[in-house]
Amino acid sequence: MRYLPLTDADRNAMLATIGAPSVDALFSDVPAPARLAAPVDLPTAMGEIEVERALGRMAEKSVSAGSVPFFVGAGVYRHHVPAAVDHLIQRGEFLTSYTPYQPEIAQGTLQMLFEFQTQVALITGMEVANASLYDGATACAEAVMMANRLTRRRKVVLSGGLHPHYREVTATHARFLGFALHAAAPAPNGGEDLLALVDGDTSCIVVQNPDVFGHVRDYSALAEACHARGALLVVAIAEVVSLGALKSPGEMGADIVAAEGQSLGNALNFGGPHVGLFATRERFVRQMPGRLAGQTVDAEGRRGWVLTLSTREQHIRREKATSNICTNSGLCALAFTIHLALLGDAGFTRLAALNHGRAVQLADRLGGIPGVAILNDHFFNEMTLRLTRPAAPLVEALAEGRILAGVPVSRFFPDRPDLANLLLVAATELTTDEDIEMFAVTLDGALQ
Amino acid sequence: MTDLRFTTDHEWVRRDGDIAVVGITDYAQSCLGDVVYVELPSVGATVEKGGAAATVESVKAASEVYAPLDGEVVAVNDLLAGEPGHVNADPTGEGWFFKLKLSDPGQVDALMDEAAYKTLVESLA
Amino acid sequence: MNDWSQALGGFKPLPAIGETQTGNRALQIEEPLLFEKDSPGRSGVDLPEPPPHTSRLGNAARTAPIGLPGLSEPQVVRHFTRLSQKNYSIDSGLYPLGSCTMKHNPRLNEKMARLPGFADLHPLQPISTVQGALELIDTLAHWLKALTGMPAVAMSPAAGAHGELCGLLAIHAALDARGETRHRILVPESAHGTNPATAAACGYAVEAIPANGSGRVDLDALQAALDTDVAAFMLTNPNTCGLFENDIIAIAEAVHAVGAYFYCDGANFNAIVGRVRPADLGVDAMHINLHKTFSTPHGGGGPGSGPVVLGGALAPYAPLPWVVHGTEGFGLLEQAAGPAAQALGRLKGNHGQMGMFVRALAYIMSHGSDGLRQVSGDAVLNANYLLAELSVELTPSFPGPCMHEALFDDGFLKGTGVTTLDFAKALIDEGYHPMTMYFPLVVHGALLIEPTETESKQELDRFIAVVTALARRAKTGDAAEWFRGAPYLTPRRRLDETAAARKPVLRWLPVVAAADAAG
Repeated sequence: MRYLPLTDADRNAMLATIGAPSVDALFSDVPAPARLAAPVDLPTAMGEIEVERALGRMAEKSVSAGSVPFFVGAGVYRHHVPAAVDHLIQRGEFLTSYTPYQPEIAQGTLQMLFEFQTQVALITGMEVANASLYDGATACAEAVMMANRLTRRRKVVLSGGLHPHYREVTATHARFLGFALHAAAPAPNGGEDLLALVDGDTSCIVVQNPDVFGHVRDYSALAEACHARGALLVVAIAEVVSLGALKSPGEMGADIVAAEGQSLGNALNFGGPHVGLFATRERFVRQMPGRLAGQTVDAEGRRGWVLTLSTREQHIRREKATSNICTNSGLCALAFTIHLALLGDAGFTRLAALNHGRAVQLADRLGGIPGVAILNDHFFNEMTLRLTRPAAPLVEALAEGRILAGVPVSRFFPDRPDLANLLLVAATELTTDEDIEMFAVTLDGALQ
Repeated sequence: MTDLRFTTDHEWVRRDGDIAVVGITDYAQSCLGDVVYVELPSVGATVEKGGAAATVESVKAASEVYAPLDGEVVAVNDLLAGEPGHVNADPTGEGWFFKLKLSDPGQVDALMDEAAYKTLVESLA
Repeated sequence: MNDWSQALGGFKPLPAIGETQTGNRALQIEEPLLFEKDSPGRSGVDLPEPPPHTSRLGNAARTAPIGLPGLSEPQVVRHFTRLSQKNYSIDSGLYPLGSCTMKHNPRLNEKMARLPGFADLHPLQPISTVQGALELIDTLAHWLKALTGMPAVAMSPAAGAHGELCGLLAIHAALDARGETRHRILVPESAHGTNPATAAACGYAVEAIPANGSGRVDLDALQAALDTDVAAFMLTNPNTCGLFENDIIAIAEAVHAVGAYFYCDGANFNAIVGRVRPADLGVDAMHINLHKTFSTPHGGGGPGSGPVVLGGALAPYAPLPWVVHGTEGFGLLEQAAGPAAQALGRLKGNHGQMGMFVRALAYIMSHGSDGLRQVSGDAVLNANYLLAELSVELTPSFPGPCMHEALFDDGFLKGTGVTTLDFAKALIDEGYHPMTMYFPLVVHGALLIEPTETESKQELDRFIAVVTALARRAKTGDAAEWFRGAPYLTPRRRLDETAAARKPVLRWLPVVAAADAAG
């Protein structure tokens, strides 16, 4: 087997050194009835050629996003990833290194994480950011639990514009930890009175910008109103490229930002791995979950980086840790950092403007089709269409014609017939004029 | 012989009337190593003997500091927020944690005197 | 003054031998932060002009600049290449980190994960357009079930600790369904920190169970602690001392006798894969770290993936979504309804760590059922070889045989003034990553060494020689100072972690120019 270096001669020599008659004898502590006598009944070893062939065949059974006009978003976005990103993250020193607990031989990862934290703080307008969490949905749940710790309150209000996956993950924690969750009804037309749901026990309100229906808003007034009631404002962001065009959550007065960073540097990957971004105010840092890289000096006085404030974490504080999280999304965070380093201020704002411009073109074209209403006054690169008939079968029909048209809202809310005609559609810098035209013509034909 | 009294959890107490100053002992700070952070109770908080009142952290460890006596927190050492190293450098002086207004000053008598504490520490070595 | 003359201004006229003008040491090149290489307006990406359009951003449009640095592509490539050269990695050498299973990461896995039919799929595409991806998840799930003997597997957890959360929540949900409220979870003293942290994150009180003299769970203590208030017992097996819990059947029976569940931390599954099925040990739930046993890369800290195999009693509570076999190919249950009506809810966005699934399946298919059995055999053989050879100079905590890792304590350093930390740091200068130190907590000054099956005998012999030589040097009695200063040859010497924690600097901030500050 190509990955296993020991030869039979090696094995025999090593067994002789150990003083064991066989490898099986080394498993003598395993109760005899639990020892398998032979390999499990599944296929045996394969060479590279066979594995490539088998997995290649499996991969060909799906319709990849790049092969068709593509308008799917709803929390995961197809952006162009510069070639340098994938090259650099495959360097073995990044790809195959462990968590940087030995800082003398992990300065590469640590400096990168410090740069990542700085980038996240800059784009979100917050003071500090951690070294990443699993994804946007888990970051959202962690933000809520952190707000509960900070305020010592146990009631949470979620906007109806929050991505349903973010709401559901938060609800799972609420169910088992026993804190109260008030999730507002989905508001595809925008406009909801979240403050009416806030009382003296409310730890935080969670809003999303742009929200799952694509609406963008300035939440400054809501932030002020939250603070006046002793509650925190958590802002979730599912499309991080929007921060190149929109006022940052920090500017709006957010206390915690939980975001999905997949849009920068990372492929769709059928939903994972992605990268959760988490940023907050400096004074809240000791209640923040996840790893943190910090600057210091070495024995010779030279600048360097270490993992710091580790006493918050599970390997030290055990059951009193701020979170049970052990892993971050290191390599996805690296991809994010490299992509954003390549973009810079000029490239990032250009990318955002390009996304918005494409989405406006899409809205202008689709909005002119009889039977299509665009529900958004203001949006970034995604919007909600109200159609004259249910969206899900229409999306299936368009997929038959090799157009991936978007996400029917019924995929998230199958029990809400009033939402069945809604379709979420997104455009990015990869959307072409031809894609928009083909989508519009096909949709027009299907609706009439 | 000092006027300090000690707990088995390695806190010291210096009583003046119904006010007691509380900190962690030299032995405790030497076990912890360099202190990097101290979380102190709020002024006005009521604490019960044996209940967690503060947290002290080094790079690799976090320990609870328990209230040695019943009382109300009337002052905390704000100096430690910026300079937690005082806990290492001068644990029974500049490195104090908080002051309690005691509900029952007589509780102090149940704590160890210096000789008894010294014996305890020697038994741990 | 231009940049060049500024740079010259900082140079020493006559550096000593071994010193340089720049601080660089040949292939080790000093590298500033991205933010210190900024030229405003520069970009490493050429994007087209946005099409003409009327903004629909409303009053939420950004007005302030962000402050990201501007760099060109060659600068970015060089920056990250230089950073990479400051990292140790599996590709460069032996990584003897106990409990971490740092094995070779095959590049075929990377290639497969990048196939557009896996990487360029959106999780919310119509189900009919993602059949190949669902087939891949189902195939991997089938392997995981066969290798563990368990009837079900939850694929969505994003990492090992997330898998623990999944398992404990399934247990919580099962108890809820039984109409029972239990408050405690029992965890051995030697457990990974994630175990008690996860139990607490699920709202349980944690009670530690001591180890016996042979490094295993004290069965009497466990039995004394077990009652109908206990929701679960969490156990790593093989345990964190590198030993198989030989009382495991009795442990499982005792746990089940009080109506509690047996959660197994599968971090050490590499020791038994293909040879022992956790179902045959009485396990009710176990997470599998795909980044350990199944070789997906650690990536400097993630991403991971932690599928959880579940017994029949817990399977109905598996988190959403579920991949199912339908009449028209594979289906995906995303709502708590129908067969998934009792699902515990959702644990992360979308369907799990697909990119990791592809890598893990490529690894599994490469080995096959016969190769996987060889994996655990060679991993255990390598660890026992190290245990035998290193026991000459080091002090093993427990007699062998061990499983996939060998545990030593700091007894051999007694009286030398050298600590476990100093000893491990000295290993760095010899070209090795340190072993796991001070874990598990049940032995003094622990050194936990896991070689994995992907190290050759020659590599192990070299490592044994180095560790032996260092141990002898420590025992000379006059080397404490030298050890305390190690490492000497790394890009950075020991870093001041106290200063980092006392005054945290967690991000770069622009230096305010002196004139501005004065003004």
